[in-house]
Amino acid sequence: MPEAVISAKNLVKKYKDFPAVDGISFDIAPGESFGFLGPNGAGKSTTMRMVGAVSTRTAGDLSIIGLDPNQNGPEIRSQLGVVPQADNLDADLKVRDNLIIYGRYFGFPRNYLGPKADELLEFAQLTDKAKSRVDDLSGGMKRRLTIARALINNPRILLLDEPTTGLDPQARHVLWDRLFRLKEQGTTLVLTTHYMDEAEQLCDRLVVIDKGSIMAEGTPASLIRQYSTREVLELRFGSDRNAAVAEQIAGIGDRIEVLPDRILIYSDNGEAELQRVTEAGLNPITSLVRRSSLEDVFLRLTGRSLIE
Amino acid sequence: MSIDVSLERAKEQAVAGGVKPRRFGGWYVAEHRLMVMRSYLQTMIATGIGSPLLYLYALGVGLATIVDANVGSEQAAVTYLVFVAPALLCSAALTTATEEFSYPIMLGFKWNPTFFGMNSAPLTGQQIINGVVYAVIIRMLGQSIVYYAFMLLFGAVPSPLGWLTIPVATLTGMAVGTLIMAYATHLDEDRGQFNYVMRFGVIPMTLFSGTFFPLETLPSFLQWIGWISPLWHGVELSRVFAYGLDEPGWLTAVHVIYLIALTVIGWVVAQRLAVRRLNK
Repeated sequence: MPEAVISAKNLVKKYKDFPAVDGISFDIAPGESFGFLGPNGAGKSTTMRMVGAVSTRTAGDLSIIGLDPNQNGPEIRSQLGVVPQADNLDADLKVRDNLIIYGRYFGFPRNYLGPKADELLEFAQLTDKAKSRVDDLSGGMKRRLTIARALINNPRILLLDEPTTGLDPQARHVLWDRLFRLKEQGTTLVLTTHYMDEAEQLCDRLVVIDKGSIMAEGTPASLIRQYSTREVLELRFGSDRNAAVAEQIAGIGDRIEVLPDRILIYSDNGEAELQRVTEAGLNPITSLVRRSSLEDVFLRLTGRSLIE
Repeated sequence: MSIDVSLERAKEQAVAGGVKPRRFGGWYVAEHRLMVMRSYLQTMIATGIGSPLLYLYALGVGLATIVDANVGSEQAAVTYLVFVAPALLCSAALTTATEEFSYPIMLGFKWNPTFFGMNSAPLTGQQIINGVVYAVIIRMLGQSIVYYAFMLLFGAVPSPLGWLTIPVATLTGMAVGTLIMAYATHLDEDRGQFNYVMRFGVIPMTLFSGTFFPLETLPSFLQWIGWISPLWHGVELSRVFAYGLDEPGWLTAVHVIYLIALTVIGWVVAQRLAVRRLNK
Protein backbone atom coordinates (compact mmCIF):
# COMPACT_ATOMS: atom_id res chain seq x y z
CA MET A 1 0.00 0.00 0.00
CA PRO A 2 1.33 3.49 -0.79
CA GLU A 3 1.88 5.89 2.08
CA ALA A 4 -1.39 6.46 3.95
CA VAL A 5 -3.12 9.79 3.45
CA ILE A 6 -5.05 9.26 6.67
CA SER A 7 -3.59 7.25 9.51
CA ALA A 8 -5.16 6.63 12.93
CA LYS A 9 -3.67 4.67 15.82
CA ASN A 10 -5.67 3.86 18.95
CA LEU A 11 -7.89 6.86 18.32
CA VAL A 12 -10.13 7.69 21.29
CA LYS A 13 -12.89 10.26 21.79
CA LYS A 14 -14.61 10.46 25.15
CA TYR A 15 -17.57 12.60 26.14
CA LYS A 16 -17.19 12.94 29.90
CA ASP A 17 -16.62 9.26 30.68
CA PHE A 18 -18.44 7.79 27.71
CA PRO A 19 -16.08 6.52 25.00
CA ALA A 20 -17.81 7.32 21.68
CA VAL A 21 -14.71 6.09 19.86
CA ASP A 22 -12.74 3.55 21.82
CA GLY A 23 -9.27 3.02 20.42
CA ILE A 24 -9.61 2.45 16.69
CA SER A 25 -6.77 2.18 14.18
CA PHE A 26 -6.91 2.37 10.40
CA ASP A 27 -4.91 3.55 7.39
CA ILE A 28 -6.41 4.96 4.22
CA ALA A 29 -4.39 5.05 1.00
CA PRO A 30 -4.56 7.91 -1.51
CA GLY A 31 -7.33 7.35 -4.07
CA GLU A 32 -8.92 4.67 -1.95
CA SER A 33 -12.60 4.55 -1.18
CA PHE A 34 -12.93 3.67 2.48
CA GLY A 35 -16.06 3.08 4.51
CA PHE A 36 -17.17 2.95 8.11
CA LEU A 37 -20.13 0.61 8.36
CA GLY A 38 -22.10 0.45 11.57
CA PRO A 39 -25.41 1.18 13.26
CA ASN A 40 -26.47 4.57 14.60
CA GLY A 41 -24.41 5.54 17.62
CA ALA A 42 -21.48 3.31 16.69
CA GLY A 43 -19.04 6.23 16.67
CA LYS A 44 -18.90 6.76 12.90
CA SER A 45 -19.78 10.45 12.89
CA THR A 46 -17.44 11.17 15.79
CA THR A 47 -14.64 9.49 13.87
CA MET A 48 -15.51 11.54 10.80
CA ARG A 49 -15.37 14.78 12.77
CA MET A 50 -11.94 13.89 14.11
CA VAL A 51 -10.73 13.02 10.61
CA GLY A 52 -12.33 16.29 9.44
CA ALA A 53 -10.06 18.11 11.91
CA VAL A 54 -12.93 19.82 13.74
CA SER A 55 -13.15 17.56 16.79
CA THR A 56 -10.19 17.15 19.13
CA ARG A 57 -9.26 13.56 19.95
CA THR A 58 -9.05 12.48 23.59
CA ALA A 59 -6.14 10.10 22.99
CA GLY A 60 -4.24 8.27 20.28
CA ASP A 61 -2.49 9.40 17.11
CA LEU A 62 -4.07 10.87 14.04
CA SER A 63 -2.30 12.06 10.93
CA ILE A 64 -4.04 13.51 7.89
CA ILE A 65 -1.93 14.29 4.82
CA GLY A 66 1.03 13.91 7.15
CA LEU A 67 -0.21 16.66 9.51
CA ASP A 68 -1.60 16.58 13.03
CA PRO A 69 -5.11 18.10 13.25
CA ASN A 70 -4.35 19.45 16.73
CA GLN A 71 -1.77 21.82 15.24
CA ASN A 72 -2.75 22.12 11.60
CA GLY A 73 -6.54 22.08 11.51
CA PRO A 74 -6.93 24.87 8.94
CA GLU A 75 -4.16 23.46 6.73
CA ILE A 76 -5.72 19.99 6.73
CA ARG A 77 -9.22 21.36 6.17
CA SER A 78 -7.99 23.32 3.15
CA GLN A 79 -7.53 19.93 1.44
CA LEU A 80 -10.79 18.31 2.57
CA GLY A 81 -14.29 18.32 1.18
CA VAL A 82 -16.92 17.64 3.82
CA VAL A 83 -20.47 16.41 3.33
CA PRO A 84 -22.02 16.42 6.79
CA GLN A 85 -24.88 14.22 7.88
CA ALA A 86 -27.23 17.18 8.36
CA ASP A 87 -27.24 19.75 5.57
CA ASN A 88 -25.84 23.10 6.62
CA LEU A 89 -26.39 24.91 3.36
CA ASP A 90 -27.16 28.58 3.82
CA ALA A 91 -30.91 29.09 3.48
CA ASP A 92 -30.44 32.88 3.24
CA LEU A 93 -28.40 32.61 0.05
CA LYS A 94 -29.20 31.39 -3.45
CA VAL A 95 -27.87 28.05 -4.72
CA ARG A 96 -24.94 29.46 -6.71
CA ASP A 97 -24.04 31.95 -3.95
CA ASN A 98 -23.78 29.06 -1.53
CA LEU A 99 -20.93 27.66 -3.62
CA ILE A 100 -19.20 30.99 -4.11
CA ILE A 101 -19.18 32.07 -0.46
CA TYR A 102 -17.98 28.62 0.58
CA GLY A 103 -15.08 28.95 -1.84
CA ARG A 104 -14.26 32.31 -0.28
CA TYR A 105 -13.68 30.56 3.08
CA PHE A 106 -10.69 28.87 1.43
CA GLY A 107 -9.40 32.19 0.16
CA PHE A 108 -10.18 31.69 -3.53
CA PRO A 109 -10.84 34.91 -5.48
CA ARG A 110 -14.33 35.54 -6.85
CA ASN A 111 -13.22 35.59 -10.48
CA TYR A 112 -12.02 32.00 -10.04
CA LEU A 113 -15.10 30.91 -8.10
CA GLY A 114 -17.69 32.05 -10.65
CA PRO A 115 -16.73 29.60 -13.42
CA LYS A 116 -15.88 26.94 -10.83
CA ALA A 117 -19.37 27.22 -9.31
CA ASP A 118 -20.94 26.87 -12.75
CA GLU A 119 -18.85 23.79 -13.49
CA LEU A 120 -19.89 22.20 -10.19
CA LEU A 121 -23.56 23.03 -10.71
CA GLU A 122 -23.27 21.20 -14.03
CA PHE A 123 -21.65 18.22 -12.30
CA ALA A 124 -24.40 18.18 -9.67
CA GLN A 125 -27.11 18.57 -12.35
CA LEU A 126 -28.31 21.79 -10.75
CA THR A 127 -27.49 24.33 -13.48
CA ASP A 128 -31.12 25.36 -13.90
CA LYS A 129 -31.44 25.83 -10.13
CA ALA A 130 -28.52 28.27 -9.86
CA LYS A 131 -30.74 31.17 -8.83
CA SER A 132 -33.18 29.16 -6.71
CA ARG A 133 -33.46 29.40 -2.98
CA VAL A 134 -31.98 26.44 -1.11
CA ASP A 135 -35.30 25.76 0.61
CA ASP A 136 -36.94 25.14 -2.76
CA LEU A 137 -34.65 22.19 -3.53
CA SER A 138 -35.63 18.55 -2.95
CA GLY A 139 -33.69 16.40 -0.48
CA GLY A 140 -31.66 14.79 -3.26
CA MET A 141 -30.84 18.16 -4.82
CA LYS A 142 -29.70 19.55 -1.47
CA ARG A 143 -27.37 16.61 -1.02
CA ARG A 144 -25.94 17.10 -4.50
CA LEU A 145 -25.47 20.78 -3.78
CA THR A 146 -23.69 19.90 -0.53
CA ILE A 147 -21.39 17.59 -2.48
CA ALA A 148 -20.80 20.30 -5.09
CA ARG A 149 -19.98 22.71 -2.27
CA ALA A 150 -17.54 20.19 -0.79
CA LEU A 151 -15.73 20.08 -4.15
CA ILE A 152 -15.23 23.85 -4.49
CA ASN A 153 -11.61 23.58 -3.25
CA ASN A 154 -10.71 20.53 -5.40
CA PRO A 155 -10.31 18.45 -2.26
CA ARG A 156 -7.78 15.66 -2.04
CA ILE A 157 -10.06 13.81 0.36
CA LEU A 158 -13.86 13.83 0.40
CA LEU A 159 -15.56 12.95 3.70
CA LEU A 160 -19.18 11.85 3.43
CA ASP A 161 -21.22 11.20 6.56
CA GLU A 162 -24.30 9.12 5.69
CA PRO A 163 -24.47 10.62 2.20
CA THR A 164 -27.76 9.03 1.11
CA THR A 165 -29.73 8.72 4.33
CA GLY A 166 -33.28 9.92 3.79
CA LEU A 167 -33.10 9.87 -0.01
CA ASP A 168 -35.37 7.91 -2.31
CA PRO A 169 -33.82 5.08 -4.39
CA GLN A 170 -33.55 7.13 -7.57
CA ALA A 171 -31.83 10.05 -5.83
CA ARG A 172 -29.43 7.60 -4.20
CA HIS A 173 -28.43 6.14 -7.54
CA VAL A 174 -27.79 9.58 -9.04
CA LEU A 175 -25.60 10.38 -6.04
CA TRP A 176 -23.70 7.10 -6.22
CA ASP A 177 -23.01 7.77 -9.89
CA ARG A 178 -21.52 11.19 -9.06
CA LEU A 179 -19.40 9.75 -6.26
CA PHE A 180 -18.20 6.99 -8.53
CA ARG A 181 -16.97 9.58 -11.03
CA LEU A 182 -15.02 11.37 -8.32
CA LYS A 183 -13.44 8.10 -7.33
CA GLU A 184 -12.45 7.51 -10.94
CA GLN A 185 -10.78 10.91 -10.96
CA GLY A 186 -8.65 9.86 -8.01
CA THR A 187 -10.35 11.59 -5.09
CA THR A 188 -9.97 9.70 -1.84
CA LEU A 189 -13.46 8.96 -0.52
CA VAL A 190 -14.15 8.31 3.15
CA LEU A 191 -17.75 7.58 3.98
CA THR A 192 -19.94 6.32 6.75
CA THR A 193 -23.10 4.42 6.12
CA HIS A 194 -25.48 2.02 7.74
CA TYR A 195 -26.63 0.80 4.34
CA MET A 196 -24.86 -2.38 3.31
CA ASP A 197 -25.69 -1.90 -0.39
CA GLU A 198 -24.09 1.54 -0.29
CA ALA A 199 -20.96 0.14 1.31
CA GLU A 200 -20.83 -2.64 -1.30
CA GLN A 201 -21.31 -0.18 -4.15
CA LEU A 202 -18.84 2.47 -3.11
CA CYS A 203 -16.17 1.05 -0.83
CA ASP A 204 -12.94 -0.61 -1.87
CA ARG A 205 -12.39 -1.44 1.77
CA LEU A 206 -14.30 -0.93 4.94
CA VAL A 207 -14.31 -1.42 8.66
CA VAL A 208 -17.31 -2.66 10.58
CA ILE A 209 -17.62 -0.50 13.65
CA ASP A 210 -19.81 -1.02 16.71
CA LYS A 211 -19.81 0.65 20.12
CA GLY A 212 -16.75 2.69 19.22
CA SER A 213 -14.61 -0.30 18.25
CA ILE A 214 -13.61 -1.92 14.98
CA MET A 215 -15.06 -5.42 14.67
CA ALA A 216 -13.60 -6.38 11.28
CA GLU A 217 -11.80 -4.93 8.31
CA GLY A 218 -11.54 -5.88 4.65
CA THR A 219 -13.08 -5.60 1.20
CA PRO A 220 -16.85 -6.17 1.09
CA ALA A 221 -16.30 -9.52 -0.67
CA SER A 222 -13.61 -10.73 1.73
CA LEU A 223 -15.69 -9.79 4.77
CA ILE A 224 -18.64 -11.75 3.41
CA ARG A 225 -16.38 -14.69 2.63
CA GLN A 226 -14.81 -14.59 6.05
CA TYR A 227 -17.83 -14.00 8.25
CA SER A 228 -20.73 -15.45 6.30
CA THR A 229 -21.68 -18.19 3.87
CA ARG A 230 -22.30 -17.77 0.17
CA GLU A 231 -26.09 -17.90 0.51
CA VAL A 232 -28.75 -17.24 3.11
CA LEU A 233 -32.15 -18.88 3.40
CA GLU A 234 -34.74 -16.63 5.03
CA LEU A 235 -37.80 -18.33 6.51
CA ARG A 236 -40.89 -16.89 8.15
CA PHE A 237 -43.12 -19.04 10.27
CA GLY A 238 -44.98 -16.21 12.00
CA SER A 239 -43.51 -14.25 14.86
CA ASP A 240 -44.91 -16.55 17.59
CA ARG A 241 -43.52 -19.75 16.03
CA ASN A 242 -40.05 -18.73 14.84
CA ALA A 243 -38.27 -19.55 18.10
CA ALA A 244 -39.95 -22.95 18.49
CA VAL A 245 -39.27 -23.97 14.87
CA ALA A 246 -35.64 -22.96 15.23
CA GLU A 247 -35.09 -25.75 17.74
CA GLN A 248 -36.56 -28.32 15.37
CA ILE A 249 -34.31 -27.32 12.49
CA ALA A 250 -31.11 -27.16 14.53
CA GLY A 251 -28.34 -28.73 12.50
CA ILE A 252 -29.60 -27.54 9.14
CA GLY A 253 -27.12 -25.22 7.40
CA ASP A 254 -23.82 -23.93 8.80
CA ARG A 255 -25.43 -21.59 11.29
CA ILE A 256 -28.89 -20.35 12.27
CA GLU A 257 -29.88 -16.84 13.40
CA VAL A 258 -33.31 -16.28 14.90
CA LEU A 259 -34.62 -12.75 14.47
CA PRO A 260 -37.96 -11.54 15.84
CA ASP A 261 -39.61 -11.72 12.41
CA ARG A 262 -37.66 -14.47 10.61
CA ILE A 263 -35.10 -17.23 10.77
CA LEU A 264 -31.86 -17.01 8.78
CA ILE A 265 -30.11 -20.21 7.75
CA TYR A 266 -26.55 -19.70 6.52
CA SER A 267 -25.35 -22.17 3.92
CA ASP A 268 -23.50 -22.35 0.63
CA ASN A 269 -26.61 -23.87 -0.94
CA GLY A 270 -29.84 -22.26 0.20
CA GLU A 271 -32.15 -24.30 -2.04
CA ALA A 272 -30.83 -27.58 -0.63
CA GLU A 273 -31.43 -26.38 2.93
CA LEU A 274 -34.96 -25.31 2.03
CA GLN A 275 -35.62 -28.82 0.77
CA ARG A 276 -34.37 -30.30 4.07
CA VAL A 277 -36.69 -27.97 5.98
CA THR A 278 -39.74 -29.05 3.97
CA GLU A 279 -38.70 -32.70 4.23
CA ALA A 280 -38.73 -32.26 8.00
CA GLY A 281 -42.42 -31.49 7.63
CA LEU A 282 -42.19 -27.76 8.25
CA ASN A 283 -43.99 -25.34 5.98
CA PRO A 284 -42.77 -21.76 6.24
CA ILE A 285 -45.19 -18.95 5.33
CA THR A 286 -42.54 -17.43 3.09
CA SER A 287 -39.06 -18.50 2.06
CA LEU A 288 -36.30 -16.69 0.22
CA VAL A 289 -32.82 -17.65 -0.88
CA ARG A 290 -30.39 -14.75 -1.36
CA ARG A 291 -26.69 -13.96 -1.48
CA SER A 292 -24.98 -13.07 1.77
CA SER A 293 -24.50 -9.36 2.34
CA LEU A 294 -22.65 -7.09 4.74
CA GLU A 295 -25.79 -7.07 6.84
CA ASP A 296 -25.11 -10.74 7.57
CA VAL A 297 -21.50 -9.96 8.40
CA PHE A 298 -22.67 -7.37 10.87
CA LEU A 299 -25.22 -9.72 12.40
CA ARG A 300 -22.54 -12.38 12.82
CA LEU A 301 -20.11 -9.96 14.42
CA THR A 302 -22.44 -8.16 16.79
CA GLY A 303 -25.52 -10.33 17.13
CA ARG A 304 -27.60 -7.35 16.09
CA SER A 305 -29.12 -5.94 12.91
CA LEU A 306 -27.72 -2.82 11.31
CA ILE A 307 -31.02 -1.01 11.01
CA GLU A 308 -33.29 -1.43 13.97
CA MET B 1 -6.78 15.93 -9.97
CA SER B 2 -4.27 13.13 -9.78
CA ILE B 3 -3.35 10.69 -7.09
CA ASP B 4 0.29 10.06 -7.80
CA VAL B 5 1.68 13.01 -5.90
CA SER B 6 3.71 12.03 -2.90
CA LEU B 7 2.54 12.69 0.61
CA GLU B 8 5.27 15.30 0.96
CA ARG B 9 3.84 17.28 -1.98
CA ALA B 10 0.32 16.99 -0.54
CA LYS B 11 1.58 18.29 2.77
CA GLU B 12 3.15 21.30 1.07
CA GLN B 13 -0.12 22.06 -0.67
CA ALA B 14 -1.99 21.82 2.63
CA VAL B 15 0.43 24.21 4.31
CA ALA B 16 0.04 26.64 1.42
CA GLY B 17 -3.75 26.21 1.51
CA GLY B 18 -3.85 27.28 5.14
CA VAL B 19 -2.08 30.61 4.67
CA LYS B 20 -4.93 32.79 3.38
CA PRO B 21 -7.67 31.37 5.62
CA ARG B 22 -5.46 31.81 8.69
CA ARG B 23 -4.74 35.41 7.75
CA PHE B 24 -8.08 36.62 6.38
CA GLY B 25 -10.59 34.08 7.74
CA GLY B 26 -12.46 36.66 9.83
CA TRP B 27 -12.99 38.84 6.79
CA TYR B 28 -14.40 35.91 4.80
CA VAL B 29 -16.96 35.40 7.55
CA ALA B 30 -17.77 39.13 7.47
CA GLU B 31 -18.23 38.85 3.73
CA HIS B 32 -20.77 36.10 4.34
CA ARG B 33 -22.66 38.19 6.92
CA LEU B 34 -22.74 41.17 4.58
CA MET B 35 -24.01 38.93 1.75
CA VAL B 36 -26.81 37.72 4.01
CA MET B 37 -27.58 41.30 5.11
CA ARG B 38 -28.08 42.12 1.44
CA SER B 39 -31.22 39.98 1.60
CA TYR B 40 -32.74 42.46 4.02
CA LEU B 41 -31.07 45.53 2.55
CA GLN B 42 -34.39 47.30 1.92
CA THR B 43 -35.41 47.00 5.57
CA MET B 44 -31.98 48.22 6.60
CA ILE B 45 -32.22 51.29 4.38
CA ALA B 46 -35.79 52.03 5.41
CA THR B 47 -34.99 51.92 9.14
CA GLY B 48 -31.63 53.60 8.57
CA ILE B 49 -33.36 56.65 7.10
CA GLY B 50 -36.77 56.42 8.76
CA SER B 51 -35.61 56.06 12.33
CA PRO B 52 -33.43 59.22 12.60
CA LEU B 53 -36.07 61.21 10.75
CA LEU B 54 -38.92 60.10 13.01
CA TYR B 55 -37.09 60.21 16.32
CA LEU B 56 -35.27 63.49 15.75
CA TYR B 57 -38.49 65.11 14.65
CA ALA B 58 -40.78 63.65 17.31
CA LEU B 59 -38.44 64.20 20.26
CA GLY B 60 -35.98 66.83 19.14
CA VAL B 61 -38.58 69.08 17.54
CA GLY B 62 -42.01 67.99 18.83
CA LEU B 63 -41.41 67.13 22.47
CA ALA B 64 -38.68 69.78 22.61
CA THR B 65 -41.25 72.59 22.36
CA ILE B 66 -42.63 71.59 25.76
CA VAL B 67 -39.28 70.79 27.33
CA ASP B 68 -37.53 73.95 26.20
CA ALA B 69 -40.47 76.11 27.28
CA ASN B 70 -40.44 74.64 30.79
CA VAL B 71 -36.76 74.26 31.57
CA GLY B 72 -35.89 77.89 30.90
CA SER B 73 -32.88 78.95 28.90
CA GLU B 74 -30.70 80.03 31.85
CA GLN B 75 -31.02 76.53 33.44
CA ALA B 76 -30.32 74.43 30.35
CA ALA B 77 -26.96 74.74 28.67
CA VAL B 78 -28.34 73.52 25.32
CA THR B 79 -31.69 73.00 23.63
CA TYR B 80 -33.49 69.68 24.09
CA LEU B 81 -32.75 68.72 20.47
CA VAL B 82 -29.01 69.09 21.02
CA PHE B 83 -29.32 67.23 24.32
CA VAL B 84 -31.30 64.27 23.03
CA ALA B 85 -29.83 63.77 19.53
CA PRO B 86 -26.54 62.05 20.58
CA ALA B 87 -28.54 59.77 22.88
CA LEU B 88 -30.86 58.77 20.04
CA LEU B 89 -27.86 58.05 17.85
CA CYS B 90 -26.36 55.78 20.50
CA SER B 91 -29.57 53.91 21.23
CA ALA B 92 -30.14 53.33 17.50
CA ALA B 93 -26.72 51.66 17.31
CA LEU B 94 -27.59 49.69 20.43
CA THR B 95 -30.81 48.39 18.86
CA THR B 96 -28.97 47.25 15.75
CA ALA B 97 -26.31 45.55 17.87
CA THR B 98 -28.98 43.76 19.87
CA GLU B 99 -30.52 42.38 16.67
CA GLU B 100 -27.32 41.46 14.89
CA PHE B 101 -25.61 39.80 17.84
CA SER B 102 -28.53 37.66 18.99
CA TYR B 103 -30.58 35.82 16.37
CA PRO B 104 -27.87 35.56 13.68
CA ILE B 105 -25.64 33.83 16.26
CA MET B 106 -28.37 31.36 17.19
CA LEU B 107 -29.01 30.88 13.49
CA GLY B 108 -25.40 30.02 12.74
CA PHE B 109 -25.01 27.57 15.60
CA LYS B 110 -28.44 26.04 15.67
CA TRP B 111 -31.29 26.89 13.31
CA ASN B 112 -29.25 26.87 10.09
CA PRO B 113 -25.85 25.75 11.34
CA THR B 114 -23.69 27.53 8.78
CA PHE B 115 -20.97 28.11 11.40
CA PHE B 116 -20.30 24.37 11.41
CA GLY B 117 -19.96 24.55 7.63
CA MET B 118 -17.43 27.38 7.95
CA ASN B 119 -15.54 25.37 10.53
CA SER B 120 -15.40 22.35 8.19
CA ALA B 121 -13.73 24.72 5.76
CA PRO B 122 -10.46 26.11 7.13
CA LEU B 123 -12.07 28.76 9.38
CA THR B 124 -11.80 28.67 13.18
CA GLY B 125 -14.27 29.51 15.92
CA GLN B 126 -12.41 32.74 16.75
CA GLN B 127 -12.54 33.83 13.13
CA ILE B 128 -16.26 33.14 12.91
CA ILE B 129 -16.92 35.38 15.92
CA ASN B 130 -14.50 38.03 14.60
CA GLY B 131 -16.23 38.00 11.23
CA VAL B 132 -19.65 38.57 12.75
CA VAL B 133 -18.20 41.45 14.77
CA TYR B 134 -16.53 43.06 11.73
CA ALA B 135 -19.77 42.89 9.74
CA VAL B 136 -21.85 44.39 12.54
CA ILE B 137 -19.29 47.18 13.05
CA ILE B 138 -19.55 47.99 9.35
CA ARG B 139 -23.33 48.08 9.56
CA MET B 140 -23.36 50.22 12.74
CA LEU B 141 -20.84 52.67 11.29
CA GLY B 142 -22.88 53.03 8.11
CA GLN B 143 -26.09 53.50 10.02
CA SER B 144 -24.49 56.00 12.42
CA ILE B 145 -23.08 58.05 9.54
CA VAL B 146 -26.59 58.34 8.08
CA TYR B 147 -27.98 59.19 11.51
CA TYR B 148 -25.30 61.82 12.01
CA ALA B 149 -26.11 63.39 8.64
CA PHE B 150 -29.70 63.82 9.81
CA MET B 151 -28.49 65.32 13.08
CA LEU B 152 -26.54 67.90 11.08
CA LEU B 153 -29.60 68.53 8.95
CA PHE B 154 -31.68 69.22 12.07
CA GLY B 155 -28.95 71.51 13.38
CA ALA B 156 -28.40 69.29 16.41
CA VAL B 157 -24.56 69.31 16.49
CA PRO B 158 -22.92 72.56 17.60
CA SER B 159 -19.40 71.17 18.14
CA PRO B 160 -16.87 70.62 15.32
CA LEU B 161 -15.92 67.38 17.11
CA GLY B 162 -19.47 66.09 16.66
CA TRP B 163 -18.49 63.48 14.06
CA LEU B 164 -16.75 61.58 16.87
CA THR B 165 -20.22 60.53 18.05
CA ILE B 166 -20.20 58.08 15.11
CA PRO B 167 -17.43 55.83 16.51
CA VAL B 168 -18.77 56.39 20.04
CA ALA B 169 -22.24 55.13 19.06
CA THR B 170 -20.65 52.12 17.36
CA LEU B 171 -18.56 51.39 20.45
CA THR B 172 -21.68 51.65 22.61
CA GLY B 173 -23.41 49.08 20.41
CA MET B 174 -20.36 46.85 20.66
CA ALA B 175 -20.17 47.06 24.47
CA VAL B 176 -23.67 45.65 24.85
CA GLY B 177 -23.69 43.60 21.64
CA THR B 178 -20.62 41.46 22.28
CA LEU B 179 -22.04 40.50 25.69
CA ILE B 180 -25.29 39.46 24.02
CA MET B 181 -23.22 37.57 21.45
CA ALA B 182 -21.40 35.68 24.21
CA TYR B 183 -24.75 34.81 25.75
CA ALA B 184 -26.15 33.66 22.38
CA THR B 185 -23.05 31.54 21.76
CA HIS B 186 -23.64 29.84 25.08
CA LEU B 187 -27.40 29.41 24.61
CA ASP B 188 -28.55 25.96 23.47
CA GLU B 189 -32.07 26.93 22.61
CA ASP B 190 -34.04 30.17 22.52
CA ARG B 191 -37.09 29.74 24.68
CA GLY B 192 -37.83 33.43 24.72
CA GLN B 193 -34.59 34.45 26.45
CA PHE B 194 -33.76 37.09 23.83
CA ASN B 195 -37.19 38.59 24.26
CA TYR B 196 -36.49 38.73 27.96
CA VAL B 197 -33.11 40.40 27.41
CA MET B 198 -34.81 42.93 25.15
CA ARG B 199 -37.74 43.69 27.42
CA PHE B 200 -36.04 43.70 30.80
CA GLY B 201 -32.54 44.64 29.73
CA VAL B 202 -32.29 46.77 26.64
CA ILE B 203 -35.54 48.74 26.85
CA PRO B 204 -35.18 49.81 30.53
CA MET B 205 -31.57 50.63 29.76
CA THR B 206 -32.72 52.89 26.95
CA LEU B 207 -35.16 54.65 29.26
CA PHE B 208 -32.98 55.13 32.34
CA SER B 209 -29.53 55.88 30.96
CA GLY B 210 -29.77 59.64 30.85
CA THR B 211 -31.06 59.34 27.32
CA PHE B 212 -34.28 61.38 27.43
CA PHE B 213 -33.61 63.19 30.71
CA PRO B 214 -30.41 63.71 32.75
CA LEU B 215 -29.49 60.93 35.16
CA GLU B 216 -29.36 63.44 38.04
CA THR B 217 -33.13 63.90 37.82
CA LEU B 218 -33.59 60.27 38.93
CA PRO B 219 -33.83 59.64 42.69
CA SER B 220 -30.33 58.91 43.98
CA PHE B 221 -31.16 55.26 44.77
CA LEU B 222 -31.87 54.66 41.07
CA GLN B 223 -28.85 56.45 39.65
CA TRP B 224 -26.68 53.32 39.84
CA ILE B 225 -28.62 52.03 36.84
CA GLY B 226 -26.95 54.72 34.82
CA TRP B 227 -23.49 54.11 36.19
CA ILE B 228 -23.47 50.44 35.18
CA SER B 229 -25.34 51.05 31.93
CA PRO B 230 -23.00 51.01 28.91
CA LEU B 231 -25.56 53.19 27.17
CA TRP B 232 -25.21 55.95 29.79
CA HIS B 233 -21.44 55.95 29.35
CA GLY B 234 -21.84 56.03 25.57
CA VAL B 235 -24.45 58.78 25.65
CA GLU B 236 -22.42 60.99 28.00
CA LEU B 237 -19.29 60.48 25.93
CA SER B 238 -21.09 61.39 22.73
CA ARG B 239 -22.48 64.53 24.43
CA VAL B 240 -18.94 65.56 25.27
CA PHE B 241 -18.14 65.47 21.57
CA ALA B 242 -21.48 66.73 20.22
CA TYR B 243 -21.81 69.89 22.30
CA GLY B 244 -18.99 69.94 24.83
CA LEU B 245 -20.89 68.56 27.84
CA ASP B 246 -19.12 69.81 30.92
CA GLU B 247 -17.81 66.84 32.89
CA PRO B 248 -14.50 66.07 34.62
CA GLY B 249 -11.79 64.62 32.41
CA TRP B 250 -11.45 61.48 34.53
CA LEU B 251 -15.12 60.67 33.93
CA THR B 252 -14.65 60.94 30.17
CA ALA B 253 -11.76 58.49 30.51
CA VAL B 254 -13.97 56.15 32.55
CA HIS B 255 -16.58 56.15 29.76
CA VAL B 256 -14.00 55.11 27.18
CA ILE B 257 -12.36 52.48 29.36
CA TYR B 258 -15.68 51.00 30.49
CA LEU B 259 -17.01 50.66 26.95
CA ILE B 260 -13.81 49.15 25.61
CA ALA B 261 -13.54 46.77 28.57
CA LEU B 262 -17.06 45.40 28.08
CA THR B 263 -16.46 45.02 24.36
CA VAL B 264 -13.27 43.06 24.90
CA ILE B 265 -14.80 40.84 27.59
CA GLY B 266 -17.84 39.95 25.49
CA TRP B 267 -15.72 39.41 22.38
CA VAL B 268 -13.16 37.12 24.04
CA VAL B 269 -15.74 35.10 25.95
CA ALA B 270 -17.76 34.63 22.74
CA GLN B 271 -14.63 33.41 20.94
CA ARG B 272 -13.88 30.85 23.63
CA LEU B 273 -17.47 29.61 23.78
CA ALA B 274 -17.61 29.35 19.99
CA VAL B 275 -14.46 27.24 19.83
CA ARG B 276 -15.89 24.94 22.47
CA ARG B 277 -19.28 24.70 20.81
CA LEU B 278 -17.82 23.81 17.41
CA ASN B 279 -15.46 21.17 18.84
CA LYS B 280 -17.97 18.41 19.47
